[in-house]
Amino acid sequence: MQRAEILGKLKDILEEVLDLEDLAVTEETTANDIEDWDSIMHVEIIVAIEEEFDVKFKTAEIVKFKNLSDMITGILDKTA
Amino acid sequence: MNPLDFKQLRKNLKKDTTGFKPVKLAILGDTSTQTLIRAIKGYGIEYGLDVDLYEADYDQIDLQVFNPESDLYQHDSDQVFLYKSSIKLLTKYYKKSIEEKAHFADSVIEKLEEYIAVLSGRLKANIIIANFIELPDMVFNNYGNKVPHSWIFQIRKLNFKLMELAAAHENVFICDLSSVNNQLGRRESFDPQMYIRTAIASNLKFQPYIAQNLMDIIKTSVGKFKKCLILDLDNTTWGGIIGDDGVEGIQIGSLGAGKAFTELQLWAKNLKDRGIILCICSKNTDHIAREPFKSHPDMVLRLEDIAVFVANWENKADNIRHIQAVLNIGFDSMVFLDDNPFERNLVRQELSEVTVPELPEDPAEYIPYLQQFNLFETTSYSGLDKDRTKQYQVEAKRKKAQTSFASVGDYLKNLNMTAIVSPFDTFHTPRIAQLTQRSNQFNLRTIRYSEKDIKDLIESPNHITMYISLEDKYGDYGLISLIVLEKQGEDQLFIDTWIMSCRVLKRDVEKFVLNEIVKIGVAENRSVIVGERLPTPKNVLVENHYKDLGFTEKDNKWFLAVNNYEAQANFIDKKEPVLG
Repeated sequence: MQRAEILGKLKDILEEVLDLEDLAVTEETTANDIEDWDSIMHVEIIVAIEEEFDVKFKTAEIVKFKNLSDMITGILDKTA
Repeated sequence: MNPLDFKQLRKNLKKDTTGFKPVKLAILGDTSTQTLIRAIKGYGIEYGLDVDLYEADYDQIDLQVFNPESDLYQHDSDQVFLYKSSIKLLTKYYKKSIEEKAHFADSVIEKLEEYIAVLSGRLKANIIIANFIELPDMVFNNYGNKVPHSWIFQIRKLNFKLMELAAAHENVFICDLSSVNNQLGRRESFDPQMYIRTAIASNLKFQPYIAQNLMDIIKTSVGKFKKCLILDLDNTTWGGIIGDDGVEGIQIGSLGAGKAFTELQLWAKNLKDRGIILCICSKNTDHIAREPFKSHPDMVLRLEDIAVFVANWENKADNIRHIQAVLNIGFDSMVFLDDNPFERNLVRQELSEVTVPELPEDPAEYIPYLQQFNLFETTSYSGLDKDRTKQYQVEAKRKKAQTSFASVGDYLKNLNMTAIVSPFDTFHTPRIAQLTQRSNQFNLRTIRYSEKDIKDLIESPNHITMYISLEDKYGDYGLISLIVLEKQGEDQLFIDTWIMSCRVLKRDVEKFVLNEIVKIGVAENRSVIVGERLPTPKNVLVENHYKDLGFTEKDNKWFLAVNNYEAQANFIDKKEPVLG
């Protein structure tokens, strides 16, 4: 899977979980850029990502995600 | 059926809840419940409930319960959910001395008893307590079952004592998370990462199960629950096809896959004894379908267990409509079991409110499958519930007769109805008061009377009362209608209360009763009978009541002159009251 494709799916997940439309995201997007993305929603987002890509992150990995780019790399590492 | 996942629950949160039944629910947890409340709200919407939810900050249970000024009491909840997690409890337990450990369950229960006492004093609410997932801590392992102060000993004791607590308090219910965990397993209920990271004590995937169980209890307590199980026969109630295989050939008991069907019948029978109405809806010839119930030695269910037995070649949705008409309960309180996907889909399509479980193909899986769901959740149980079947069987005979008469008149005539008319008496006072409090539909002014009020009415010189009880050739309906008349001015007789049980609609009872009212008017020298309907959302049924009976309207009141009144024709004979 290409990074752009994963980014597209992440955008869908964020829109779905946060109930937002036409979210503008790049690999540099962080939780702080999106108003509704708080620590509680973060839990749901991570679970949704794990389900979508059929991966399981370790706690140590999750706390290191700074932006979507890190997530994409994390997903690629697990699915490669 | 299977719980909705978070995706579906999130979708529900966007739905319009106008017209939904409001529920005020407070959640007190010892771990973070922020994701759980979304699942709970989503489930509420699934069940047609608009949940006004108050979520206490976590680990604030003491403060919320004991402080009379707390947000909890401001919220004035009618349902309170106490959700303590096993994992937190275990941490507390580990810090105790051995003596304290030996009384750990007792001390938790004592605390809960305090909560219950205080909550019940300050709120008129159901208290729903989550029981504890019996997570093994593997300190004593198997031997722990012999050691009273071990964790496994204490946590199981705690769950047992919770049941005793619930049994002792009418307003306390248990949300049985332990049973859910037994079905799903530890990995599904607990996500260690999540707990370490977020203070959320349950797996996100498990939370819809918690929400479902909680809302099952709540929706039942507000009156939404299943009352009736409708069974197909061939390959559902027994194996094989009775029309082809005959009584000797169907599988039940030890023959073929018979054991699976025996189990299903045992389950159904136990539900029936708990008060669930059993009905049959089968494509079969009636007398052939009944034969196993009469003569097969291994049948658990017998004809007397079945309230309404429908076996014919009509479409099943119509047959379920017939069952609904006989029982006079909502479609949403019915569960329909059928092995045939075609029939299931037909019923789902035509009667979307009926619950139709997707039965597995293999009959061996029927019972394990059905027992995964809270299909027949209840929040009450009365010993009387089990007598209901007989009442409904009588009603079914009546309906059957109805279809065989050319005109309604012929049918009514054939019923041989007799009625007793009597002034209110002390013997019937409790039943009379109860009727005034419960009747909503056929109730013209919806005035509620207590037993004391009824006694006052009996004594009052300005009031004339009567109750009517009805009997027909199929059975006795008991007391079915109430009238309270008030003498007003010089010549008016005002109908203060006119109530009738909906079980006797369409029998012309109201015509019979009006004749009796007019007789009283004559005897009391009153020239005008005055009626009034005070509209409520539930009494639309009687919108045209007085108009249909020939009254004329003026300023929202209805008037009927006594002198040229012609008695209304009906088929009810008046019988003299007998004592006792």
